[in-house]
Amino acid sequence: MSALVARFGEYVLGQLTQLGQLLLLFFDIARTTITHRPRWSVTIEQLYKIGWQSQAVVLITGAFTGMVFAVQTFHQFHKVKMDTAVGPVVSVAMARELAPVLTALMVAGRVGAAIAAELGTMKVTEQLDALRSMGTSPVNYLAVPRFLALLVALPLLTAESMAFGIFAGYVVAVQMLGVDQAYFLKHMFDFTDVKDVGSGLVKAVFFAMFIALVSCHKGFTAGEGAEGVGRATTQAVVVSSLTVLIANFFIAVLFNAIIPP
Amino acid sequence: MIRVEGLRKSFNGAEVLRGVDFEISEGETVVIIGRSGGGKSVLLKHLCALLKPDAGKVLVDGIDVVPLGEGELPPIRKKFGFLFQGAALFDSLTLFDNVAFPLREERRPESEIEQRVMEMLGLVDLTKARDKKPAELSGGMRKRAGLARACVARPKYMLYDEPTTGLDPIRADNINELILRMRDHLQVTGVAVTHDMTSAYKIADRIALLHDGRIYAVGTPAEIQGSTDPVVQQFIHGISDAKVKGEVPHGAAANN
Ligand SMILES: Nc1ncnc2c1ncn2[C@@H]1O[C@H](COP(=O)(O)OP(=O)(O)O)[C@@H](O)[C@H]1O
Ligand SMILES: [Mg+2]
Repeated sequence: MSALVARFGEYVLGQLTQLGQLLLLFFDIARTTITHRPRWSVTIEQLYKIGWQSQAVVLITGAFTGMVFAVQTFHQFHKVKMDTAVGPVVSVAMARELAPVLTALMVAGRVGAAIAAELGTMKVTEQLDALRSMGTSPVNYLAVPRFLALLVALPLLTAESMAFGIFAGYVVAVQMLGVDQAYFLKHMFDFTDVKDVGSGLVKAVFFAMFIALVSCHKGFTAGEGAEGVGRATTQAVVVSSLTVLIANFFIAVLFNAIIPP
Repeated sequence: MIRVEGLRKSFNGAEVLRGVDFEISEGETVVIIGRSGGGKSVLLKHLCALLKPDAGKVLVDGIDVVPLGEGELPPIRKKFGFLFQGAALFDSLTLFDNVAFPLREERRPESEIEQRVMEMLGLVDLTKARDKKPAELSGGMRKRAGLARACVARPKYMLYDEPTTGLDPIRADNINELILRMRDHLQVTGVAVTHDMTSAYKIADRIALLHDGRIYAVGTPAEIQGSTDPVVQQFIHGISDAKVKGEVPHGAAANN
């Protein structure tokens, strides 16, 4: 029993230590961003890798989510003869929840893994030590460009996902299921608010910070050898995905408290 | 001058350094020899404060670097050039950009960078490979590129972690010559870690044996070679523990 308590205590302590390290990394990134001259070329390269190259994955996810959502809600609303309600339901759901969360999850898988693997490899091959030995901080050279690139890319990707999801939902509802086009659009615009889109984009900003922080931290603290890099990569994806899902709930509650829907 | 006093370091409860004391004077090259896993790389990383000791001091030009924070260390670290055991070239950069890295960080003009990088690449015989990525190079070429990157900013101190390991004897001698040239022409103070005794005898002004987490013996190459101490003898002649303890039949040892 006492061994169990000790193990649990150790686990909690470990998690708290990690949380502390994440906060320190966040402050370090924030301070470095302000005090050091920005590294434009590295940041733009990351923006290309993180943002531009993630588009296909994010757009396919958004489009098919919008489509399946249109199909499923149509059959329910059809029973009560409210076919055109599909429009606002798809657009509000995409804007508030589906686009930000699914985009963040896809990016956590694709980009989070890549960041943790790259930085972890640099750790185990002494490239991080090499940077420090030349007087360059790994936070400045590696973490800040990735953090900024994600901060810019994720909201843009989320906006794209919203647009594609809603458009795909429109095509399915109007072309495939025969919902009236004019009323679909009218109801969609009537019931979709700026604050729906805004809340989705603000969420994306938070998710970007979580993914960047967790992935950079896991990479920087990778254990020895190929095994250490593998573990860091898996953990980066798992922890950032869970953080996104959990934070999503609390941000939604907080939002609804501040700006009632 | 670098002085190390009572340096202790453990990882996960295993004590790797147990009170290392030694001094490196201006202009000399000291070679640290010792077993694999004996803490040679760990010791080297303490000299330019890449690792923090559990106890002890590291004085670089009279300044104790141990209490300094990461933000205060860059000026100290820039006095050092570090050749890492696996070269630690940046995978994402070409050879040229790797060697240019320390100069670009100092925001030198691009014309000066071009000239100095090409000069260094010429010295290590890699001019033709300037646009290759590290993954396309052999281990020996990476090592030489690592040496070029470490030297290009003309540091006051050079730290070499196993500079000749994994090289053929001719390339190894080539590196030895470069290390000697750094000392004789640029007055660089050097600390090298190796278990290649040929290289140690050639480049060292003094040799120090790291044994059991301490500096067990220090002396000129001639003194070390002439030492009658069994631990020193065992290391420089590469005799296994079993033979020293007499567990191997006499005939087998004589064949060695
Ligand atoms: N960052 C680290 N974390 C944990 N253990 C380490 C670390 N660096 C070195 N060690 C351990 O310290 C010991 C000495 O390593 P090292 O200095 O690399 O030996 P060598 O003399 O071969 O260079 C080894 O047992 C190694 O596992
Ligand atoms: Mg070593």
